[in-house]
Amino acid sequence: MDFADSPEEEEFRLRLRGWLEDNNPRLPPSSTSDAYWAGQAAWHRALYDAGFFGLSWPAEIGGHGLPSVFEVIVDEELAAAAAPPRPSLGYLVHGIMRHGNEDVRRRFLPGIVSGRDRWCQGFSEPDAGSDLASLRTRADRDGDDFVLTGRKVWTSYSDEADWCLVLARTDPTVADHRGLSAFALSMHQAGVEQRPLRMINGITREFGEVSIDGARVPATDMIGDPGDGWRLAMTVVSHEREPAELGYVARYGKVVNELADRVRASPDRFDPEQTRDLAWAIVEAEMLRLHVCRRLSERLDGIAPGPEGSIDKLLMTSVEQAVGHASLSIGGAAHDGADETWLKVYLYSRAQSVMGGTSQIQRNLVAGRILGLPSP
Amino acid sequence: MDVRLSPEQRALRESVIQIVGRFGPRSVRDLDDAERQEKLDAAVEASGWRELRAITQTGAPLASAVEVAIVAEELGRSLADAAFLGPTLAAELRRCSGTTARSHETVALTPDLSAVGCVAQGSPWPELVAVDAGGADAAVLVAAPDASRGVTTAGIGPPGGSVDLTRPSAAVPATDRRTCASEGGPLAETDLMRWTALGLVITCADLVGAMRGAIDLATDYAITRRQYGVAVGSFQAVQHLLADALVSMEGSRSVTRYAGWAVDTLSPADALAAAGLAKAYCARSARAVCETAIQVHGGIGNTWDCLAHVYLRRSLLSIDILGGVGASLSRVLEAKGIGGAGGLR
Repeated sequence: MDFADSPEEEEFRLRLRGWLEDNNPRLPPSSTSDAYWAGQAAWHRALYDAGFFGLSWPAEIGGHGLPSVFEVIVDEELAAAAAPPRPSLGYLVHGIMRHGNEDVRRRFLPGIVSGRDRWCQGFSEPDAGSDLASLRTRADRDGDDFVLTGRKVWTSYSDEADWCLVLARTDPTVADHRGLSAFALSMHQAGVEQRPLRMINGITREFGEVSIDGARVPATDMIGDPGDGWRLAMTVVSHEREPAELGYVARYGKVVNELADRVRASPDRFDPEQTRDLAWAIVEAEMLRLHVCRRLSERLDGIAPGPEGSIDKLLMTSVEQAVGHASLSIGGAAHDGADETWLKVYLYSRAQSVMGGTSQIQRNLVAGRILGLPSP
Repeated sequence: MDVRLSPEQRALRESVIQIVGRFGPRSVRDLDDAERQEKLDAAVEASGWRELRAITQTGAPLASAVEVAIVAEELGRSLADAAFLGPTLAAELRRCSGTTARSHETVALTPDLSAVGCVAQGSPWPELVAVDAGGADAAVLVAAPDASRGVTTAGIGPPGGSVDLTRPSAAVPATDRRTCASEGGPLAETDLMRWTALGLVITCADLVGAMRGAIDLATDYAITRRQYGVAVGSFQAVQHLLADALVSMEGSRSVTRYAGWAVDTLSPADALAAAGLAKAYCARSARAVCETAIQVHGGIGNTWDCLAHVYLRRSLLSIDILGGVGASLSRVLEAKGIGGAGGLR
């Protein structure tokens, strides 16, 4: 049992640290500013070109085939350098890698990993949030194509996306989850319109709403077999709940370090309650880093992500919201309208207990699948 | 980085599980069964777990804090009423000071349990409490008769009152001796920092174990107890309480694993910082988890005969030993260079 770097890990860490000295784009926090999203694509490509992205993914899709502990090192170094977090795409990559056929994997994955193609994920709908299996977007076969019609919402990065991983109903005759299939939908076509959603902290580049009206997808761009959509969706959301995939350890570490700097610089400006909020944010953020170390080590035994992803999602949420509370407490609510950065970090943190499955749904899963409590 | 337990560490855990499975208490009434308790104590004594921090030829302990934490966690989970924390911390003080125990020893702490007891030259002996004193006949503490620090021992009263029904405390009789016979040492500040880190890790591991035990107890009850014609564990309101308990236990487990590794690996300051951070998280979690276990048991949970309060009481002792939430958060801030006026005090 060893938390320390192996010689290879240490060499990698130092190389990354050196690279960051010259290549840190110093973007504002991702949760607070549209400027971050404007610079995110270039940051993705810079990380990829320098060999610091997709470390644990196979070489044939542009990864490095390394153990996933290297992703932890990336997150730690990004946080220490106050660099932006790595783009969170693991859930898409894992979904396509696991369920797509060889042709689909070969055509789509290298572009996702390198950042050449931008992707978004079209699962949720206005009337299908927690109850995802009730979604109503239809995909009807028409010759060599499918024709898609419906509406998607809470679609992250839809304004930037070239492609959307869409979940749609291909068989309306069977119940709920059994009639769903997944597609790679080109966003650049008539019949696809996206409109940004403004979040409560004012940012407009993170979430979008996508209207699909007679958009066409070649049948060869179906991911997995007909009716496989639900299984793919479950793979995607189980990875979406994993802090290790999301790279959030770096995001939280960066905010916490900046808050600690503020208090250290002028401790007399802060009362014990504010300082206590900071202390809890430090504790929570470090807990998540160590929890990720533990989970990734368990993967070395070949344990695949399972229901414990819901535990990790709930832990990640408590971290995000503790960091949010510290931001509000120490940064203030910006009553003078001046610097709203910390207010925005706080307001953004409220979404964490909703996106990727609400905390209430996660608790249902923990109770049923891990504790073995009976169904309501 | 690979933070999985080694095969040897897993085997150690299995051996603890076996022994507490045979002789540990299974009900509140079992706590009064002296014959069972003596068997458990004899089995723990024979296992050698109390000597994990004994000195070897190199000066290093026989085993790392990771092994110590493995034992402590399983003892906490099973509410083992056999001493471990006390003898282990006494052995560590003996090792750091290069002295040998002469009897069954535990450790003497300040009355609020926040620090190791210390007697200084020219001062009357302070108030002290010997914790986890079952089976002990003396308590080790720090002695500073002059500029250097060694250790000394004090006799202890009979094991008695403690919030914890499984680990009795004992009074250290007041003495007006003006000097103390210090042996060994000198104990450096860094020795005491590492010792404190070890103590905090033992309490964290004990709390993780107590949380696991309390969650198992409450989950079993929620499955068997029926109201409105169904198991109460089928209600989301109950499910979410237990889910939250499991989540904070898992977070506690992760911070404790790192803190355990840190004791013998990182610098004393970093080891203490890791232990303080883990303790803050575990202390907050454990009280809430044990309260949940009581709540899930409803009226039964508020009766003496339900084990839920035994977990809470054991946790209350572990929380206070070497500092609970407040003291631990102060350590967290200090490690970040924030203290004094900006700290919590």
